[in-house]
Amino acid sequence: MIKTTSTSGVGITLENVSKSYNSSAPAAVDNFSMNINPGEFIMLVGPSGCGKTTTMKMINRIIEPTSGKIIIDGQDVLSLNPSFLRRNIGYVIQQIGLFPHMTIAENISVVPNLLGWSKDKTADRVEELLALVELDGGSFARRYPKELSGGQQQRVGVARALAADPPVMLMDEPFGATDPITREKLQLEFLRLQESMHKTIVFVTHDFDEALKLGDRIAVLSAGSQIVQFDTPANILSNPANEYVSSFIGQGAALKSLALIDVAQAKLLPASAATSSPHSVATFDNLRTALDRVVLAGGHPVAVLDEAERVVGAIGIEEISDALGADVRNLSPEKAV
Amino acid sequence: MSGKGYDLGLIWAFLANKSEEILELTGQHIVVVIISVLIAAVMGVGAGILVWNKPTGRGFVIAVAGVILTIPSMAMLALMIPSLGLGWVPTVVALSLYSLLPIVRNTIVGLREVSPAVLESAAAMGMTPLKVMFAVQIPIAWPVILTGLRVATQLAVGIAAIAAYVAGPGMGTYIFKGLSMLGAKNALNFALTGTICVILIALVLDAFFILITRITTSRGLRD
Repeated sequence: MIKTTSTSGVGITLENVSKSYNSSAPAAVDNFSMNINPGEFIMLVGPSGCGKTTTMKMINRIIEPTSGKIIIDGQDVLSLNPSFLRRNIGYVIQQIGLFPHMTIAENISVVPNLLGWSKDKTADRVEELLALVELDGGSFARRYPKELSGGQQQRVGVARALAADPPVMLMDEPFGATDPITREKLQLEFLRLQESMHKTIVFVTHDFDEALKLGDRIAVLSAGSQIVQFDTPANILSNPANEYVSSFIGQGAALKSLALIDVAQAKLLPASAATSSPHSVATFDNLRTALDRVVLAGGHPVAVLDEAERVVGAIGIEEISDALGADVRNLSPEKAV
Repeated sequence: MSGKGYDLGLIWAFLANKSEEILELTGQHIVVVIISVLIAAVMGVGAGILVWNKPTGRGFVIAVAGVILTIPSMAMLALMIPSLGLGWVPTVVALSLYSLLPIVRNTIVGLREVSPAVLESAAAMGMTPLKVMFAVQIPIAWPVILTGLRVATQLAVGIAAIAAYVAGPGMGTYIFKGLSMLGAKNALNFALTGTICVILIALVLDAFFILITRITTSRGLRD
């Protein structure tokens, strides 16, 4: 992965934003307010038709709000020319929407060209981005979208959105149309990108597990884009606000919580406690993986290795359960469903 | 060879004798078709761009172009004589009107076929509406628009032959001459030469369109 300097995120504020298409029907988005910190990765989760996509699309004015205020980096979005505004906001959608008549390089160059970058600067940036999304080599730059697989096309979609290094990214189920294996890979890659980019991201999904995996904070939405709960993944898992949120979490809240905690955060046993089983776990693995290994080792503690593969301790069922914290363990059985 | 049958040897003599005039009429025929289709292209593509996303406008434009096409060409040309007189002008006007339907219809179909996701992406990248139309939508619709122009051209080549009725330019002159002197020695020669030339012009222009389509369509859009 290439390290690149990038513009990090800016704050976004939505104030009482509403969208109604028809005065007699209920509003698609009803009085939505949210404060997003610079560099935050926000997930909007909800069932289809709840207004999550409409909410996101009002931020770059693909959909014009009926009322309310949207402020990005201190500037009132509604006072700006929409075309100029959008050049500073990355946009990735499920259908990707690559331009079929343009090569991959031309697709990625669209926003730099709109911004009037020099040819050399744009060409350098295209090369850099293709490397960033792991599409370097194989002459991808000169190929056309139809010559790429779905996963590759979506990488280009991400590269195109990042082209002019916008501080804000809007993403509408970007990995939803890919097969589960590709999706997982794209999610992890994107998460790694974000670790160095610190963009402010608003990401729409109906997949709660995706939200848990990616988001710094998750907003669970119901009809009319009403925020039912807006919190970190760990807090939502341990303290779902109500039945509606619980139903979204689905089965296995404890297991899902474990996936959010690194082995390094657990209190370890001395190395001598590890059984002689071949199974082990790394400090940077999550506790769900640790649990998996413990089960494979017959329920006995397994060795914990650091990055240099030295044994630094051992971990067993109790340590895993302790690390989960009192909150989750104290969930009543039906709340934890 | 003699007798009642048609002597093929005669047509060679006829062609040799009239070669200059045949070339001139063929040239006129091609020029009048190109001018008419170009005018129809400006009007048809322009109208298509204006109405492609407006159901009422779209229906209206296609209906009008469709009605024009149902007017018999002879009648249309005759109707133009009082206001436009004879010759090139009524010919070009009539051919332009007839060419309109395939062009405007294909323009509308082509523009509508562009995926909404592509158009939304283009707008979300920060392209102005004009830029979305000319840098994304038209280039993607281009093969379909070109097909409309191609059909319009074929149509115009055929109808242009009728233009001789209002003393218009082109190969129709020979066809009408042949018909008017039926029974005379060269009647069949005139009619046959005119007809075959019209077919050849159609084939040549069609080949030209295949070439243009090939050159101007992005590799990313070809099957």
